Order: sequence, then structure tokens, then C-alpha cells
Amino acid sequence: MKNYEVSKDGYYGEFGGSYIPEILHKVVYDLQEQYEAIMNSKDFKEEFHALLKDYVGRPSPLYYASRLSEKYGCKIYLKREDLNHTGAHKINNSLGQILLAKRMGKTRIICETGAGQHGVATATACALMNLPCVVYMGATDVERQKPNVERMKMLGATVVPVQSGNKTLKDACNEAIRDWCCNPRDTFYIIGSTMGPHPYPEMVARMQSVISEEIKWQIKEKEGRDYPDYLMACIGGGSNAAGTIYHYKGDERVNIVLAEAGGLGVETGETAASLNIGTVGILHGSKMYVMQTEDGQIIEPYSISAGLDYPGVGPMHCQMFKEGRSKVLPITDQEALDAAFELTKLEGIIPALESAHALALLPRMKDKFKKDDVVVLTVSGRGDKDMQTYLKHIKN
Amino acid sequence: MTRISRLFKEKGKDILSVYFSSGYPTVDSAPRIIKALSDAGVDMIEIGIPFSDPLADGPVIQRSNSIALKNGISQKLLFEQIKDIRKVTDIPLVLMGYINCAMQFGFENLCKKAVEIGIDGIILPDLPVDEYNAEYRPIVEKYGLDFIHLITPETSDERIRKIDEASSGFVYMVSSAGTTGAQNSFGQSKQDYFKRIKAMNLKNPTLVGFGVSNHETFRAAADNSCGAIVGSQFIKELDANPTIEDAVNSLIKKIKG
Repeated sequence: MKNYEVSKDGYYGEFGGSYIPEILHKVVYDLQEQYEAIMNSKDFKEEFHALLKDYVGRPSPLYYASRLSEKYGCKIYLKREDLNHTGAHKINNSLGQILLAKRMGKTRIICETGAGQHGVATATACALMNLPCVVYMGATDVERQKPNVERMKMLGATVVPVQSGNKTLKDACNEAIRDWCCNPRDTFYIIGSTMGPHPYPEMVARMQSVISEEIKWQIKEKEGRDYPDYLMACIGGGSNAAGTIYHYKGDERVNIVLAEAGGLGVETGETAASLNIGTVGILHGSKMYVMQTEDGQIIEPYSISAGLDYPGVGPMHCQMFKEGRSKVLPITDQEALDAAFELTKLEGIIPALESAHALALLPRMKDKFKKDDVVVLTVSGRGDKDMQTYLKHIKN
Repeated sequence: MTRISRLFKEKGKDILSVYFSSGYPTVDSAPRIIKALSDAGVDMIEIGIPFSDPLADGPVIQRSNSIALKNGISQKLLFEQIKDIRKVTDIPLVLMGYINCAMQFGFENLCKKAVEIGIDGIILPDLPVDEYNAEYRPIVEKYGLDFIHLITPETSDERIRKIDEASSGFVYMVSSAGTTGAQNSFGQSKQDYFKRIKAMNLKNPTLVGFGVSNHETFRAAADNSCGAIVGSQFIKELDANPTIEDAVNSLIKKIKG
């Protein structure tokens, strides 16, 4: 069996590592040294699980989508992360990291956000734990995800609109890292995805691995076996995808199919399909596939979905993609919109635009499905925040 | 002995090193800036290679990077512009950029090109010493270049020793927790940090950078090290003065006091 585990120094094959300015070495090193022991401690586990159960509302349901199944000729189960408190999978990670931050004696929280889901989740965790919270968000995203900005403010967070670059997720990450460089002693940076310097990619994947842990017993209850034939999720930085596949990385019986943001189509250049068109580079502290020019300048990504609008992909996914363990398809804006409307119509579930990319994998994979195939697809978030966009595209 | 080592050996104190972003204010400014700084008696020059996502830089250098890239600068073009620079000046020259650009150019290619042109050293603030030692150091040593690592107020004594061991030319002492950008004064805690490093007697000489912008900050830095590096303040002078030469003169007046 191929090894997809992280090495001691933070590499998944050739990807990962910790490429950070020296000022951050101590704080990142302390985290590398302490996170596993804290996460494995009885006291952390108890508090984390209690919060996931009573505050987030876990386990999230594994719902058999009968009309969708009928349409695509297989058994489709939806892993309903959209039903979590705050409306997406992001809360799993924010709660885990804030418990870690408290145990490490940190008194100030910062984070980046794209669609605003991670910002809302972190602002929520900060309200709960009574810690000050600064959220960096690209000015473009502040515009297109207004409801989430208002939620973060109501939760007591300071939202800083970032004006550099394309003013999206990448730029928000840059600014959060700069803040961290200025405040390395008291500040904990809650990164929202499986990216950043070691140990973040692995740590975030572990915080989200509750998703695949639940899939394991839930699918056993429903289908009599503890693995599906297909696991599907959308992938930007890679956190809900990592959570969905975590316990199945080495289980070759399970096909992993992920959707990245194709934007207007990979051939147009207006895309965020980092795995399909990226090359190996270093961004935000980690070696991974990034969209870049020959000269090493990062190309501004484009996607209708703010949460997938990122020019790189976490190192674990880079290795699994390179080894052929996961199949990653670029899904266009239009395919995602169609899939969102279809799920709404067939199942009465309005998904987030990010999750709609995963749903758009179903028509792409239709010819491959056999009648008894069990497909588990993660609906990472709900569509409330995307209503403006949906209303613009609604078909009469 | 490299030009950098010679400078520290011969002058040894009050060294002024100036950073600029290549491609700024206009795409072909680099050779003229180098000549002007050199003519004005600056001791060393850091040639910035712009990157789209400069994590260690504050707003001033972020902006000059971004305009330089819009102007069309690239590593290839920069090296073409300065290929004959050694006919003009013998001043120590250091390249400063980010690891991703170096990696895409090809790290060995970059070293080879640097030696061809007569560049003396390289600074990459997001390449930690452990990665450097594992993968990049043999290449740097093969080409006989100096590689300058950074230390910060957060760096432990043990790690400072390791960084000193891996560096040549000089060690870049970051003044404070933060990104690049001008500060008006250096408080007591910064001066204590400068003194602590001085007392460690490193094998390399040190220069202080980040926040040096005027006579006061230059003196505070240079009294406890071999001198200082000025970056953001020079970019501001380029913006505020009609010519590159005026910007250089104005900077030197401010620093020398």
C-alpha cells in the first residue's frame, strides 16, 4: 500500500515543508512540537468531541438522496456538512484549533477567509471562547459574500478588507501571514484549509477527519460495509476533501473523485484549476502545485465560488493527485450552477457554490456508475451565502 | 575574498546597504539606480527581484513589487539589463527575492547567472536555514557566492549559531517582529536585542534591516552592528523626488543626518 502519510518534517512525497520567514520559525516550530500531543490528550479529545456533538450538531447526517440516485443510476449518499452550526464543515477545524490555541496560551486569533465560511466559523469559535478575532478577507470577496461579512461583525470579529492582488483568498492569506509576522508571540493563526507551513496541512486534515470517521460507521449501518465505492468532494485548498477521504487514503477499493474550480474553463485562463494546470512551486509556506508564470509569479485565479478561488492546493492532495490516487476534474461555473439548481429541485437542498462543484461531478461520472455502486458525496456547506449569485442565474 | 567580505574587512562599520525593487519606477531603472547609489558612496546594493506575493514585505515594497511586475520586469529581463554592470561599478551586489522565483528560474541557473554578471550574494527571506542546508547550500558553495540568512528577535541563541554557521558575507539582523517598512525610532528593547547579538561574537558581521529610515534609526543600528540596510525609505524617496539621483541624495542626507 502506498504511503500518503506526512513525514516528520512535514512532507507528503515532494510536497509540503515549511517555507516561512525566520520571524515565524519559533511559533511554527512550537506548534509542530506540541500539536500532536495536545490533540491526543484525553482532555482535548473530550472537550473537542463534546463541542462537535452539542455545539456543532454532529454527527452530520449521511442522507440517501433517492431522486438524485435514480437520475444517476447508483446509490448516492450526501454527507451533510451543510447542516453543521454556521453552515459548513469549517467549524470542525476552527473549534479544534481554538482549543489548541488556548492550551498554548495564545490570546489573539487571526484568520483568512474566502467565501467567509471559515471567517464565520472562526469568529464563532472566538465568541464562544471569548478571544479577540481579526479576519482578513479580500475586498472582492467582502463584496460578493456580504451576508457572511455581516455575520462575522455581529459575532464580534474585526473584518479587514484586503486590497492587494485580485483581492481574494490568496491576498487574504498574504495579509494574515504578515499580521502573524508582526505578532508572533500572542497570536494564533487559524488557517482554514489544508495549506500553509507544516504542521497546518496535516493538522487541519486531522481536525476535519471527523467527516470520514463518521462516514465509516454511517455507511456500514446503511449498506452493511464500511466503505463506499466512490468518495466525492470539492477542492480549493482541500479541507473538506481531506476530511472526506482521510480514513480512506490508502483504501484502494474506494475511488476518490474531486472537483476543482474550472471557472470559465481551463483553456480560457479564467480558472482556479491548480491541480490540472499548476506546476510545482512554493506559496504560503508550502511546496505544492500552484498556478504561476514561467518566472514564478502567481497567476490570479478565477472562480464564481469564492471558497475555491485559490491558485494552489494543499500538499497532501498534490501527492495523491500526482500518484493517481485521486482523480481531480475541473468543473466550470456553469456546471456548478446547473448542479446547484438540480439538487435544489430534486432534493430540496440548496448547496453552497463550492459544494455545487462536487455535485457537478455526478453528470461527468454518470457513464462509469453501476447500479449497486455506493457514492458518498460531501455537501460541504449550505447556499444561503450564495443567494445573490443564484438569483442572478435563476432560470425562469 | 568576495567583495562583501572585503567591504566588511576594510570598512567594517557604518556600512550602508540600500535595497531597491528592480523594474521600479520604470522597467529599465535598475542599471541607473545601481550607478547612482554607487556614485553617491553607498557601500552595498540589494537588487530586489519582485514577487507577486511578497510575504515578508510591508505596504511600500509590496506596491513597488506590484508596479514593477506590471511594468514587465522578470528575472530574465533584469539579468539582461545588468549584464555589463561590472564595467560601471565594483560595489558589492546582492540579489534579494523569494524562493519561488528562484526555484522557477532554476536555483543553479540563478547562481550561475549571478556569477556571470558579477553578483556577490543572495538573500531569500522565505528559505529557512534547514531547507537551505539540505538542498541549496552545496550549489551556493559550488559557485562561490555568499548566502545571507536572517535572524530575528524571536530566534533562539542556538538557532542563531546555526544560521551564522550557514551564512557567509554577513548575517541580516531583522530589527523587529514585522514586515519591511520604515520606523521612526528603535526603542530600548530593540537596542537590547542588538546588544545581545553583538555580545554573541558571531563569525559573520551583521547588518540591521527592517525599519531603518533616518539618522536616528541608522545610528541605533550601526552602533551595535556593522551598519544597516535601507529599503522602504529609498522606495519612498524614489516616489518623492524628480530623478533617481535626487532620490539617492535625499536618502543619504536623511541617513547621515
